Amino acid sequence: MEKGKNFVLGVFDDEDVLVHGVHDIRKDGVKIKEVFTPFPVHGLDAALGYKPSNLPIAAFLFGMTGTCLGLTMMIGMMGYDWPMDIGGKPYVPLPDFIPITFEATVLFASLGMVGTFLAICGLGPWNNKPFMFDARSTDDKFVMVVDLDKNKMDQSQISNILRSHGASEVNFKSLT
Amino acid sequence: MQVTSPVRPPLVTGGKTISDVTADICKQVEGKPSKMWIISFTLSVICLGYGSYCLWMTWWEGLGLWGLNKTIGWAWDITNFVWWVGIGHAGTLISAVLLLFRQKWRTSINRAAEAMTIFAVLCAASFILAHMGRPWMAYWALPLPNSFGSLWVNFNSPLVWDVFAISTYLTVSLVFWYVGLIPDFATIRERATGIRRVIYGALSFGWVGSAKHWSRYEAISLVLAGLSTPLVLSVHTIVSMDFATSVIPGWHTTIFPPYFVAGAIFSGFAMVLTLMLITRVVFKLQDYVTIEHIESMNKIIVLTGSIVGIAYITEFFIAWYSGAPYESYAFVNRMSGPYWWAYWSMMTCNVISPQLFWIRAVRRNIKITFVLSIVVNIGMWFERFVIIATSLHRDYLPSSWAMFYPTKYDVGDYLFSFGLFFTLFLLFAKYFPVINMAEVKSIIKSSSGKQEHKH
Repeated sequence: MEKGKNFVLGVFDDEDVLVHGVHDIRKDGVKIKEVFTPFPVHGLDAALGYKPSNLPIAAFLFGMTGTCLGLTMMIGMMGYDWPMDIGGKPYVPLPDFIPITFEATVLFASLGMVGTFLAICGLGPWNNKPFMFDARSTDDKFVMVVDLDKNKMDQSQISNILRSHGASEVNFKSLT
Repeated sequence: MQVTSPVRPPLVTGGKTISDVTADICKQVEGKPSKMWIISFTLSVICLGYGSYCLWMTWWEGLGLWGLNKTIGWAWDITNFVWWVGIGHAGTLISAVLLLFRQKWRTSINRAAEAMTIFAVLCAASFILAHMGRPWMAYWALPLPNSFGSLWVNFNSPLVWDVFAISTYLTVSLVFWYVGLIPDFATIRERATGIRRVIYGALSFGWVGSAKHWSRYEAISLVLAGLSTPLVLSVHTIVSMDFATSVIPGWHTTIFPPYFVAGAIFSGFAMVLTLMLITRVVFKLQDYVTIEHIESMNKIIVLTGSIVGIAYITEFFIAWYSGAPYESYAFVNRMSGPYWWAYWSMMTCNVISPQLFWIRAVRRNIKITFVLSIVVNIGMWFERFVIIATSLHRDYLPSSWAMFYPTKYDVGDYLFSFGLFFTLFLLFAKYFPVINMAEVKSIIKSSSGKQEHKH
């Protein structure tokens, strides 16, 4: 985490107060760095102005890769490398290739998408001591983080705005 | 404080707050194992140990130790395989299909059901390896370059499709399950100290729960659910094609794919019920897995049980209607031949007894549900035995008709799978959060109705 930075933490107790709060606090001109929640809160990403994730597109592209690789493998092996006469049936019976093509699509799409997700979020078993602004945000609190250096207002002004929009407590945190 | 809807009963009872969810679920992960757990774990490990001995002997001596003969080449091995794969269908169905249908009651049971899926598929895989006879050559089922040409595997064969289907299913289920576990491991990490904090920290992949990450998490959960739904259906479809594409009377039927899928969901939900009814008592989770959850699962059991019943009757009708003498004989022999008792056990356990769930009082009775869930799994085992062994035991040549008698190694290998399943499930139940905390928290509405109308 960046050192020497100062943050105001607004702690909320309720997800609906939080979502409305985020909306209004942004309207009041406060730039919110990030919000940490114990569970996915619906509408929070929209309130924060986040665009929908592109991960489904990644999944589609990985899936198409799987489709092509699966089909190419089977057509190459059975059609070209070693064609086998099985009861006089075609060397490349496409209907018979559907199950494995489907499985390859699903396998590539899910592994590729989840791998991309872990990579862009920086998640992995080596990351075993992540920095938490407030550990209670994995339990029952919703923690809004405002970066003081990125905002024109001072600490007390931001604190007042956060409180007026439903924060149950406001803390100050500076990283050293 | 929860808001209760006048229309629907609450999914989590006991007026739990979000913080209570964390405390209740983490308590059993953090505490010392209970006496019940230690006793069950010891029994499972003993079962696994004896089973491992039998499995080792099977591998060392060969399949001659099983009761197979030249007429019956598949019996308990494939019966057990199909039985376990079927059980392994409920987890992904609950988490994927019910997620797509926005069924919120899935949140309390999806974690344990997915764990059960993964362990059941591992048990199924052990029979696939064992029935090869020379399991060290299992890689021959993969399309790897080899010194015979390369002579590739035959992609026309459903057995090869099965290799791909089962391994993809295991991988994707494992990934789906683990992605769901990450936020809960983070919750445990923040409560833990010392070495436990390091372990759960690594397991949590450094999850911090930022809104950006949750937004991506939601996106991938939905896509994984969308991918897993046809995957679940494809796996048992392909398993059924192992039989349906053969020319054995009793196997060669086009009804097999939907019939097997319904049977798989049926047995999977029964196993989820058996496990959850025990788990909720042992870990005191009655407020999370409520009578409403049990009733919902019982409704799915009566639905899929009836589909299976219709499939049995349709098979019979078609066997007669087709006018094929061998097909007709296979079915008459099932019902009245030397294996009549297996057939009628199957009919009683799968078709007749689950019909009791039409009665609301029965659906909401925990003791009856528990007994019936075990009865369903016995019935589903017999279904696979009936399909496999009775179709094979009287073939086209009456001089080669035979009976199958299991040996101690058939039984031992089956015990191995039980030992493996319960050892893994007990380890999971003790050291992993058995209930998806993040998802349960998201359905506990802590605000009052007034807040909704403020804006």
